[in-house]
Amino acid sequence: MKQYDLVIVGGGPAGLAAAVAAKDNGIDSILIIERDKELGGILNQCIHNGFGLHTFKQELTGPEYASRFIDQVLERNIEYKLNTMVMDITADKVVTVMNREDGMVQIQAKAVILAMGCRERSRGALNIPGYRPAGVFSAGTAQRLVNMEGYMPGKKVVILGSGDIGLIMARRMTLEGAEVKVVAELMPYSGGLKRNIVQCLDDFGIPLKLSHTVVDIEGKNRVEAVTIAEVGPDRRPIPGTEIRYECDTLLLSCGLIPENELSKSAGVALNPITSGPIVGDNLETNIEGIFACGNVLHVHDLVDYVSQEAATAGKNATLYIQNGVAANVKTVEIVPEGGVRYTVPKFIRPTEMEDNLTVRFRVGDVYKNCAIATYFDEELISKRKRPVMAPGEMEQVILNKKKLAEYPDLTKITIRIEEV
Amino acid sequence: MYDVAIIGAGVIGSSIARELSRYQANICVIEREEDVCNGTSKANSAIIHAGFDAKPDSLKAKLNVRGNELMDGLSKELDIPFKRNGSLVVCTKDQDRAGLDELLEKAAVNGVPGCRIVEREELVKMEPNVADDVTCALYAPTGGIVCPFHMTMAFAENACVNGVSFFLNTEVKHIEKTENGYTIKTLHTDSNEEEIFEAKVVINAAGVYADELNNMVSENKLHITARKGEYCLLDKDAGTHVTHTIFQLPSKMGKGVLVTPTVHGNLLVGPTALDVEDKESLNTTGAGLGSLSMTSALSVKNVPMRQVITSFAGLRAHEDGNDFVIGEAADAKGFINVAGIESPGLSSAPAIGEMVAELVKDMLSLAEKDNFIATRKGILHPEELSLEERNELIKNQPAYGNIICRCEMISEGEILDAIHRPLGARSLDAVKRRTRAGMGRCQAGFCSPRTMEILERELKMSMFDITKNGAASNIAIGLNKEI
Repeated sequence: MKQYDLVIVGGGPAGLAAAVAAKDNGIDSILIIERDKELGGILNQCIHNGFGLHTFKQELTGPEYASRFIDQVLERNIEYKLNTMVMDITADKVVTVMNREDGMVQIQAKAVILAMGCRERSRGALNIPGYRPAGVFSAGTAQRLVNMEGYMPGKKVVILGSGDIGLIMARRMTLEGAEVKVVAELMPYSGGLKRNIVQCLDDFGIPLKLSHTVVDIEGKNRVEAVTIAEVGPDRRPIPGTEIRYECDTLLLSCGLIPENELSKSAGVALNPITSGPIVGDNLETNIEGIFACGNVLHVHDLVDYVSQEAATAGKNATLYIQNGVAANVKTVEIVPEGGVRYTVPKFIRPTEMEDNLTVRFRVGDVYKNCAIATYFDEELISKRKRPVMAPGEMEQVILNKKKLAEYPDLTKITIRIEEV
Repeated sequence: MYDVAIIGAGVIGSSIARELSRYQANICVIEREEDVCNGTSKANSAIIHAGFDAKPDSLKAKLNVRGNELMDGLSKELDIPFKRNGSLVVCTKDQDRAGLDELLEKAAVNGVPGCRIVEREELVKMEPNVADDVTCALYAPTGGIVCPFHMTMAFAENACVNGVSFFLNTEVKHIEKTENGYTIKTLHTDSNEEEIFEAKVVINAAGVYADELNNMVSENKLHITARKGEYCLLDKDAGTHVTHTIFQLPSKMGKGVLVTPTVHGNLLVGPTALDVEDKESLNTTGAGLGSLSMTSALSVKNVPMRQVITSFAGLRAHEDGNDFVIGEAADAKGFINVAGIESPGLSSAPAIGEMVAELVKDMLSLAEKDNFIATRKGILHPEELSLEERNELIKNQPAYGNIICRCEMISEGEILDAIHRPLGARSLDAVKRRTRAGMGRCQAGFCSPRTMEILERELKMSMFDITKNGAASNIAIGLNKEI
């Protein structure tokens, strides 16, 4: 069986940054496995700008952002395999991969980093009634057709869901000559970044209808019309509010689901809120030596944070390969409350963690002029005012190791949204 | 002139075509869709019923039991995914268990082997997720689950290999009696060109439209109602929620819905039942889909409806007489109806093929071929191979090393097979029905652009002519900035 110190599953932004960090921390035997024909992952089809403002202080396109990391991988001579699918991962870190040239090969890794990203929620999962004609696409599939292959999936478009890809595609389809009639969003707030609402909808006069959903799809061969209706607080359609749009295309941007089928095969425990692995401060899953980062761990809003998180995973996988597991280490759980939906990590090791650990999370509703409060047991440790918080954007809290050392008997950390 | 023209390439038309292809005869199948198995045969419960439900002595009862018996042999001969998982009809505490006893009696009269009543204690061992209110059930060990796509395609491909001509995208517009047979006027659904077929014998296997065809040539009018059934299909993660097919004892609330594993490992919940006017109304409805979680809960608890990956509707061809209508129309010699084939139609299909072929054989005094090919090999399932076998396969055919559908782990090799085999796939859905590429949890979001590239390359088609499911279901409508 082939052996590598570190196998990284996925050559997108998370996998690339993790590989670079592992190499820079002293691991040489690294293999990145990528199923597509090039490195870079979904960034390759994100040809709009706005990437890298935090990391590079520049507005890059997706391919440009990816190429910065691809260059770093190439400069470091990190090994990678393209057009290769990971078929299975075991808890013993045997990774089975397959491609045309090598066939099916088993690799024994000392550590594995999961960096498979996420997939889009499909029409079926949304259970939208109506006919099943051609012309219903997930926004990402449409993005690939338009941006990678140059084919237009339709002329008159309705978009369900205001996730970022849907917003970006509203602008893209408009620029390519299509008419985007409306973006309907089930929730009373958008699932995307504020800047995308402004730049992709408002600037093009595309209406956003909050608290609306699709209740019917017409057309036996190709989409002919889509009917949307307003929903009540129970998110069920309100009879009499239907509006019918003649169109040939329905794009869906209704949420992303971390792609953890392989993680499950290895026995990795998942958090039902994020659909991603439950990890500690070092981003290790419940399976020793298997780490996770990027959108497979939890869906991020900005790729900069993916890169940061992946670098942490790369560094920690290296520490694990070099030193093994620290034994008998105390862990403290982070409890999300009062509007905080989840946290990544889910627990920390106060004696082992980094000096300043970033805990990321999302809120469950729109909050104006509220604060993020952090408690060590019952004691309020910090309260940071935020003018606006929304589910579409990630929030964070920094935990300081020195500060934690002052609380040797700490049993839990609570993060919650409070009035100012 | 054809000896036999079969109208409809669903499971019934295909089964008849396969059985008739044993004989020396010139046979054609005329189908308006772009693929076989594109009507009722593709959207149903995918069940091989045991046969206890139909009224004794009815065609439904006889053909169901016989069809069920034939499935073991056929699944081997024609490589059809089929499993006898056994079925259960459950009775709740609010229902009269006499209903189960009646079914048990019918099972005995119909000749269904091995049926018995199981009490709750045994039942929960068989099915831990059976609803709390369920007190007992009828157990039928011969009930099974099948892949309806591969069942139909197996018949059709085997018929094709044995010399039957298939005309797809060909819609029958008119049928006329002639001196020594029938003239069938058709329109090609793409080119709109007329083509005329002449045949000594016509077999009407046109599903929900069988009444219209019959009524063109016979004064004994048929009337078929399209009865819509809506279903939800759940992720393979939910596929072991039950292991048997769980039916509900019919009650005042209706016939109830079934909860069953599929032969591919998903969980299927449905169908609703609603008579509809429009024989094309394959749309699902909010009310229909919404009702399934409540009705399924009567027999099975905690069905994880959050794991639905797709929903669909099918139309059953219900004839007013409430039984299959099989045989020559009394006033139209050589015109054989195979109409009203609603449930248990799929289960009966092998026996219907046998019965109709026998009828036609006698009618035309057909002689058997000596070169009939009885077997058909389905599409390879590489996941069933050992590591060594799989590597050998990839060495010889590298396309089997290239995964196209990440959810179902379907390789380019399987897709190439689907395209190039007899009656090969020409659309995304046709590839999906043959290989399962696009049938998984992402519902083709990932693989459809890749499958389109393969279709474009292999069939030398324009990207703009590639469809989801034939007709005008095109996917790409133009180049960027050129629409």
